[in-house]
This record gives sequence, structure tokens and C-alpha cells, in this order.
Amino acid sequence: MNETIIRVEHLTIGYGGKTVLKDLNFEVQHGEVFAILGGSGSGKSTLLKHMIGLYPPMSGHIWLDDIDIASAQGSVRLSALRRIGVAYQSGALFGSMTLAQNVRLALEEYTDLPDEAMELIARMKLDLVGLKDFADSLPAEVSGGMQKRAAIARAMALDPAILFLDEPSAGLDPVTSAGLDQLIERLKRGLGVTFVVVTHELPSIFAIADRVIMLDPRTRGIVAQGRPQELRDHSDNPVVRQFFNRQAGALEAA
Amino acid sequence: MLSPASTAALEAGPAEGSSAVLRVSGRLDAYSVGPLWKAALTALDSRASVPLIIDASAVDYCDGAGIALLVNLMRQPRAAGSEVSVRDLRSPFDRLLQQFDPQRFIPRPPPPALREPLPERVGEVGAEFLREGYQRIAFVGESAAAIVETLANPTHIRRNDALVIAQRMGADAIPIVLLIGFLMGVILAFQTAVAVRQFGADLFVADVVALGVLRELGPLMTAIILAGRSGSAFAAELGTMKVNEEIDALITMGLSPVRFLVVPRLIAGFLLCPMLTAIADLLGLLGGAAVMQTFGVPIVTYFQQVQSMVSQADLFGGIAKSFVFGVLVAGVGCLQGLNTGQGPSAVGQSTTRAVVGSIILIVAADSVFAFIYNVLGI
Repeated sequence: MNETIIRVEHLTIGYGGKTVLKDLNFEVQHGEVFAILGGSGSGKSTLLKHMIGLYPPMSGHIWLDDIDIASAQGSVRLSALRRIGVAYQSGALFGSMTLAQNVRLALEEYTDLPDEAMELIARMKLDLVGLKDFADSLPAEVSGGMQKRAAIARAMALDPAILFLDEPSAGLDPVTSAGLDQLIERLKRGLGVTFVVVTHELPSIFAIADRVIMLDPRTRGIVAQGRPQELRDHSDNPVVRQFFNRQAGALEAA
Repeated sequence: MLSPASTAALEAGPAEGSSAVLRVSGRLDAYSVGPLWKAALTALDSRASVPLIIDASAVDYCDGAGIALLVNLMRQPRAAGSEVSVRDLRSPFDRLLQQFDPQRFIPRPPPPALREPLPERVGEVGAEFLREGYQRIAFVGESAAAIVETLANPTHIRRNDALVIAQRMGADAIPIVLLIGFLMGVILAFQTAVAVRQFGADLFVADVVALGVLRELGPLMTAIILAGRSGSAFAAELGTMKVNEEIDALITMGLSPVRFLVVPRLIAGFLLCPMLTAIADLLGLLGGAAVMQTFGVPIVTYFQQVQSMVSQADLFGGIAKSFVFGVLVAGVGCLQGLNTGQGPSAVGQSTTRAVVGSIILIVAADSVFAFIYNVLGI
């Protein structure tokens, strides 16, 4: 399965005239877990928000299959958006709805499934992230980590081809975080879901990522891309070495 | 991997021994499962007394919705010895199915809702009312103490904050105050003219406009504009800070939210409402003059009539009220903002409460002023 599902070409992005990242080129293959790495402020989340078409880029293209999400409008754009699911950093659950209702929302809007079917699917998605018993709770009634997992369940509601996860394991305990990695692995193998994950959790990166790109705020571009193990063992780029070594040091100290 | 054109089918297969067989085929996803859902349950019920095998060997693709269909069939309560089983679901889809234990998804009836007895609910409402009253009194006391403390140490005023708030509350509101003030004068003049012109007393329109605008409408309309523009903004701003735990951050830093956030707003409200009222008064009089012009009364005559009718007490009586209105608008806005509950809808609720609460208080305060001025003979 070596077909390109996302292709980013000469992408330059920024806010209000200030360039954050310039001239990015990379591809995401079908069925892989693709991680975007980088320190705080390197533009990881900004890049993700452009890849899902939330903000227009300053220049360049983002192809989701054959649709340029950067310039697509109307129903074309909608058909691209229905093929992706996004779990935001803060969860961004709708506070007035229970977790199950949050997951059901997309099903209600996009499919003709019977009510019972939507309810069962919502509960099954929540079961996948270990939250079945909290299906009828409001987001404010569960912990921050649970909200994040519920957000992932919501992103999976329509079984999207591509799941974008913005720091999915940040703020989770190690056990839950490892469970999340297993879930990503299962979905990748079982359904051929492609993942684009923004993260800086080294254990996760080595556990799940097939390929990574690393962003550097100083050059405002990609400093390295490839398999995480190769980057760790063979990169002579100081930024990359520092990222992997300092994190490794922090882990030993913990 | 979803396509609205996907299809799936369900049909009865040849029985194997004592077991009935149902064959599913095609593409099971969120679009194709809907039409199958009911049919599958019916097929299941019509074979209630025999073991049922679901033959999934002809399924090309199966995602979460398809798995839900299979789980739904397997979770249905069946008599012992007539269980439902799924056979030959291809890899990798079988692994998705194995993740779920159908027994865990048997729907349980929700626990009966406990209805609290009437006295308990009445008591709760009463207690809530008292709690809110207590909060308000405490807020007034706390604000008063903070203001006294700030006035005793003027360097404690966060001047830049106060100036920014004053700009947003005052300078930015000038265009709308100009517009409303002018139109208020115009409307009042026209309405008065209808009655007064029947007696040929056109000039007395000036009396009504001047007294009406300066004593009542100027301060009242300005305060209501402020309640809509700034009272709501204060409530939303402080409410969002509360939701984002910024208020908690201030408290844990040892900073009083009242001194930090409320005092600059109260000061801005106190000083700016009278200024805006003065502008509204002036524009109201000009609006009246414009209408009189159309009746053929020259501007000079109009203003001479206004001067002969209006005393300084009328002007300053109106302005004096607006000091109080400004404090009420800012105070209610801040109070509701600080009392915001959790979540985005709570911010909306406290904004509504701020606007409604301050308009009620403005009108109530205005009637108190009417009584006092009446007694004082102003």
C-alpha cells in the first residue's frame, strides 16, 4: 500500500503577514502513521490546522487525494472534509452535549442510520477509547484526559480515511497513553486508517510513527524527515540530535 | 473510505443442520448499513428458536458501522442454545469485531428519575435566592472596600487597564450615542408636535424636548446603550476569564480579582457615563432644533425658548443620575461575569443576566431619583 494520500507542495503558512513555516514539501502515504515533530513554537499545530483546511495558506498546495484543500470550495471541500477526522489538542467537545451525543453528531448529520444504530456506534467508539461507562456524562464531568480520548472517539465517528491528532497523548498518564498508541496501531492495521499526529512524546513516536518530519523554528522549515529510528541513530543534524537526546535524558531521569 | 454509493445485501442461506444461516455481502459502512439494520433484526426474530450463523465471507469491506451491525445482532437477547455467531469475516475486519464484547452493549433501562418533593424544590429555590442576595451584598461590600483602598493609594489603580477600558466603553461608544441622541430628540419633537400644534403652540415643543431629554431620556438612553455595549462586554470578558481559570490564577497569585478587574471598570463607568450623557443631551437638543426648523421656527428662537425653560438643576440633575447609572452598569456586568458557571453557555447566561439586570436596576434607580427630585423640588 504505497500510494500517496496527502501531498504538500511548496507550502508557506503564517498568521497576519508573519511567516511561520515556508516552502514545505512532503508526502503522507496511505495507511501510515505520520508524525510531525518539533519543539514548542515550531508551528506543528499551525501546520496541522492548515492541512485540515482550517486556515488558508499564504502560498502552496495541500492535496488530499486529488482535492486541493487550500483552495477547494463548497461541496468539493465538504467531500474532502468528510474523509478526515480531527481531534483537537484541548478536546473541543461540545460542552452542552454528553460524550455519546458528541460522537453521534456527525452520524446524525451525514448518514441515515436508525437511531439505535447511531447510539450503538457512538458507544462502541467510546468503548474503543475506554470511555463506554462515561457515555452519558457531560464533558465538564470527566477529566481532561478523558475529554481528549472522547475527542478521538468523535473524530472516528464516520470512520475517516485520515485521522489528524493534535498532541493526543499530552497530559495523559503513561498507561492511557500506551493504550492510545495500541488503538492507533489497531485502527491502522484493521481499517487502513492514515494518521497524521502532532506530538513530542518520544515513546509514542517510536511506538507508532512510520515516518516523521521535524520542524525547526529557526529555519522555519523541515530539518529532517524519515523513519524515527534512523533519525535518532544516524542524523548528524544538531537540532535533531538535541531533540532525541534531551528527551532520552529526560526519560532516564524520570 | 466512505462512499455514498456503497451497497450491501442480506439474504437467507441454506440451513446447516439445526442452524439457520444469514449471508451478508458487499460493503458494510455508515451508508449501506442503515437500510439493512431493520431487515437484519426482523430476520433474526423470525429465527428465534434456532442457533443462527451469520456468514460474512462475502463482505468486501467493513468499517465501524458494519461492525456495529454485527454487534447489534450478537447482543440481542436469545434463548439458551439459539445463540448468534458471526463466521468467516475476513481479516483484517475480524480483528475489529473481536475488540467488542457484545454482552457489554446490551442496553439497560435508565434508572427511574427521582422527582424531588415540592417542599424540597421550593426550599432549594429559596436557598438559591438567598445565596444570590448574599453574593450581591458581599460583592458591593468588597467593591466598596477595594475602591476606598484604591482611592487611599492612587498608585494602586491599574491606569493602563482603566484607560483601555475607558476607551472601549467611552470613546468607541460616541458614534452610537450621537446617533441615538439625535434621533431621540427628533422623535420626541415629532410626537409632541402632534398634540401641541393642534393649539398652535409650536414653540412649546422646545420645552418638552429640552426637559424630556435633559431630565430623563438622555441619562436613561445612554445608560441603556452602555448596558448593551459595555455591561455585556464586561460580563462576557470576566466570564470567559472565569471559565479559562484566569480568575483562579489571579487569586492564587494573591491578587484580588475585584481590585484587579472590577475597580478599573467601576471607575470607567462612573466617569464615562456622565460624559456620554452630556453628548446625548446636546444631540437630543439639536434633533429637536432640526424638527422645529421644518416647522418654520428658527434655531435662535428655539434655543432662547430652551434657555428660558430649562434651569441648571434640570441639566445637572440628569447628569447626576448618570454617575449612578454608570456604576450600576459596570457593577452588574462585573458581578455577573465573576459569578459565571462552567462552559460556554454559562458565559452567554451571565451576559444576558448582566444586560437584563442592569436595565432593571437603571429603571429602578431612575424612579428613586424621580421621587427624590420631586421631594427636593428640582
